[in-house]
Amino acid sequence: MELKSLYREIVNEHNLRPSHKAAIENPDLVLRGVNPSCGDDISLQLKFEGDVISDAGFVGTGCAISQASADIMIDNIIGLNKEEALKQAELFMSMIKGEALSEIQFDELGEASALQDISHMPARVKCAELGWRTMKEMVEKNN
Amino acid sequence: MDYRGHFPIFKNNNSVYLDNAATSQRPGCVIDAVSDFYAYSNANPLRGLYDLSMKATKKYEDARKKVADFLGAQSPSEIIFTRNTTESINLAAYSYGDEYIKEGDDIVISVMEHHSNLLPWQRLAKNKHANLVFMEPKENGVIEDDEIENKIGKQTKIVAIAQTSNVLGIENPIERIIERAHQMGAVVLIDGAQSVPHKKVNVKELDADMFAFSGHKMMGPMGVGVLYVKNSIMEKMKPFLMGGEMIEYVTREEATFAELPHKFEAGTVNAADAYGLSVAIDFINKVGYDYIEKKDTELTQRIINGMQAMGHITVYGHEDPSKHNGIVTFNVEGVHPHDVSSILNEDGVCIRAGHHCAQPLMQFMKVGSTARASVYFYNTSEEVDKFLDCLSKVREVCGYGT
Repeated sequence: MELKSLYREIVNEHNLRPSHKAAIENPDLVLRGVNPSCGDDISLQLKFEGDVISDAGFVGTGCAISQASADIMIDNIIGLNKEEALKQAELFMSMIKGEALSEIQFDELGEASALQDISHMPARVKCAELGWRTMKEMVEKNN
Repeated sequence: MDYRGHFPIFKNNNSVYLDNAATSQRPGCVIDAVSDFYAYSNANPLRGLYDLSMKATKKYEDARKKVADFLGAQSPSEIIFTRNTTESINLAAYSYGDEYIKEGDDIVISVMEHHSNLLPWQRLAKNKHANLVFMEPKENGVIEDDEIENKIGKQTKIVAIAQTSNVLGIENPIERIIERAHQMGAVVLIDGAQSVPHKKVNVKELDADMFAFSGHKMMGPMGVGVLYVKNSIMEKMKPFLMGGEMIEYVTREEATFAELPHKFEAGTVNAADAYGLSVAIDFINKVGYDYIEKKDTELTQRIINGMQAMGHITVYGHEDPSKHNGIVTFNVEGVHPHDVSSILNEDGVCIRAGHHCAQPLMQFMKVGSTARASVYFYNTSEEVDKFLDCLSKVREVCGYGT
């Protein structure tokens, strides 16, 4: 997908009207994720019921791609258990690094798979990764 | 005048290149000079006793002389070739600073410095328990007289400041800073990376003690830079890198060092690129600084006017376009600079986005990051118009109503 279409069709919606860009009540885990070179700076919050992510939110600032990607990520992971969330993060990272995914793997990523063309924009890969990377770090640390 | 035809990259590429403050483009004569050096004059300079090596040595030493004349230095021995401005400033901080800075001394810089004129002094101050003091500008980028007097005092031993800010484009009052520093007995290093490409510099008239710049921002090759140091100061400096070419006599335990400036140029030197730089100096002299400054102001004015007419754009720094030295730093309301830059790239327009290696300035200006368009004399008003046209559509691409 051409970059401008990517903004118009996916990124803008999640950047300008995010569903999860707000603090959640009584989060179990909070972690700050930063891309020092561009100033993307988010704080990701997760709440668990047992092993399952029951709620999540983020606050922060950054480019449209970083913010939209974090919002899409949260859409995806609510309702997943830790293992499933980590598996999604790994899939997303593979896709964004330009590795070939199967049809089934794309389906698993849902809307996040629309960001796959960012793999052709090396300067923006870190932006797209930020939310996912932060989530992975939080869950791994507390697994 | 059309100098554009001299630049092969414009024939091979349709990009609108507006990132000249990061690196300039190079004319064919500079590209050919580097290649010719290797094709016709290559041998290891400074050591060989045969014709080819002497030819290489002559090209290298003639380049040093060319740089000395270009800067108005007293003698070629005041010119040290380095890789770039960053290495030049590191050399100064180590070879001079490490010898002469003591606990409690002040090192004065400004909050506008590029990281390359901050980090070497930060390390020196930490190692020596000295104080790193920051001069701060007003909102329009100007460092005023009382700030200079308040920050540069009796404890000050070194002042290091950019002649031109790589973010705001503003020229700092270096004459007054040098005068004040010398009254207080301090030495002054001027970072000329952004000034030398755009205006005539004379280190003797300025009475600068040290002056650093890079070749690649003034149409020279990447990988060659300069540190000018007054002879009286260079004599007191210790060597920077140790090794070949910088020695006089070596035993198992001891060494004495080569004469100035070779003592500061360890290892096989970058003669081809130094020669390329000398050809870039000829080219810049041929174009002339009058023409360069005229074009800088004309294009900067066009950019700033266009941005103001567009709305939703904040331009940082001085209101007078002639005080920008070709640099316009800005933000588009509601759009992160990285998105701005990526979207412009889709239309073949190259601008910089981020912190421009000047994070303390970004913190001082209270912005996370900014976008920056920077012109040089070979840019055209058509290119500026294309940039402005693409820029005017960025907010729409990012989902804002037009």
